[in-house]
Amino acid sequence: MSKTVEAYIEEISKDFLSIELSVDNYGMHNAFITKDEIYGVIEKLKEAGFNFLTDLTGSHYPENEGQEFQVVYHLHHFYNNLRIRLKVNLSKDDLEVPSVTDLYAGANWMERETFDFYGIQFSNHPNLNRILNVDDMDYHPMRKEFALEDETREDKEDKYFGR
Amino acid sequence: MVKIVDAPEGYQGQGFFATSFDKVIGLARANSLWPLPFATSCCGIEFMATMGATYDLARFGSERMSFSPRQSDLLIVAGTISKKLGPVLKQVYDQMAEPKWVLSVGACASSGGIFDTYSVLQGIDHVIPVDVYVPGCPPRPEQIIEGVLKIQELAKNESLRRRDSPEYKKMLESYNIETIDK
Repeated sequence: MSKTVEAYIEEISKDFLSIELSVDNYGMHNAFITKDEIYGVIEKLKEAGFNFLTDLTGSHYPENEGQEFQVVYHLHHFYNNLRIRLKVNLSKDDLEVPSVTDLYAGANWMERETFDFYGIQFSNHPNLNRILNVDDMDYHPMRKEFALEDETREDKEDKYFGR
Repeated sequence: MVKIVDAPEGYQGQGFFATSFDKVIGLARANSLWPLPFATSCCGIEFMATMGATYDLARFGSERMSFSPRQSDLLIVAGTISKKLGPVLKQVYDQMAEPKWVLSVGACASSGGIFDTYSVLQGIDHVIPVDVYVPGCPPRPEQIIEGVLKIQELAKNESLRRRDSPEYKKMLESYNIETIDK
C-alpha cells in the first residue's frame, strides 16, 4: 500500500501548525493553511513528490468577514496518484500571499490570472500584471461587488427586465 | 449562363455611350467587392457556408477573399469581438484603403449579443463605423448575402466625393481614426 495524503501531511505537520486537513464528500483532501505557512507547506510537499501544480485560483466570499478571499492550490503526486487541495484564507485588507513561481514555473500565468480577476497580490512574482483582461481595466471583475453585465451597454434598461 | 449587370443610365448613340463617372465607378466597385473576413466564431462558420458552393457569394462578384487589409474593400466582421480584440479590429480597419465598407454579421458583432459581460465589446460600432448590420444568432447565409447586396447598393450609389466630405472626416474623427488631407 502506497503512502496516503494523511501520511504526507502528518510528516510536515510538526513544522506547520496551521494545517487543518479534512476530506470532502468526493474523497478529495482539503487543507486550510495560513498565508505565512503556505509557501513552506508547498515547498515540502513538492520535495515529497507532489510535483505538479494542477491549478491555482482564487475565490471571493464577501459574507465571510475577515476571510473574504481565498487562494486555492491543487497539487498532484504523480507517482502515488494523490491529489490535495490547499486553501489560504485572506482578509480583504491584506491580499498578499507569497508567489510559488520559483517552485512551479506553471504558477506564473495562474497567479497573474488570479491577480487579474480577484486583485490578489503575489509577492516575489516576476511579472504580476493583467493576463486576460484589457490592460486599462480598473477593477477585478470576478469580485462579487461588480455586476456581471457590461456597463457600456446602452440598450439594457432595468424596466425591460422587470427590475 | 453568364449574366452581365445592366449598364447605368446614360445617352447612347451610334458608337458612343455617355454616362457619369459616379455611375461607372460605382458599378465597377459594387460588382467586385473584395471582402476581408474577420471571423471569430459561429457567424464565421455561416460565412464559410456563404462562400461555399451552395450559397456561392461569387455570384455577386465577391469570390476573391482578401486576407490582406490593404487589398480589400469590405470588412466582414463575423462573431464575438472581445474588448481585447477591439484595438486589433481597429488596426485592420485603419490598414484598409478607401473606399471601404464594413458589414457587421450577427448579434455579437452588432451589439455584443448574449455576451453582456465585462470582457466583450458591446458592438463593433464602439470601435469602427459600420455600414450594414446583419441580425441573427447566427444569421443564415441568405441573410449574409442580403447584407452584401445592401453594401453593393451603397457602393453603387455613393458619390465619388463622399469620402472627402467634412461630414465623413468628422465621422472618422469621432472614432479617433486618423484622416489624411489630400
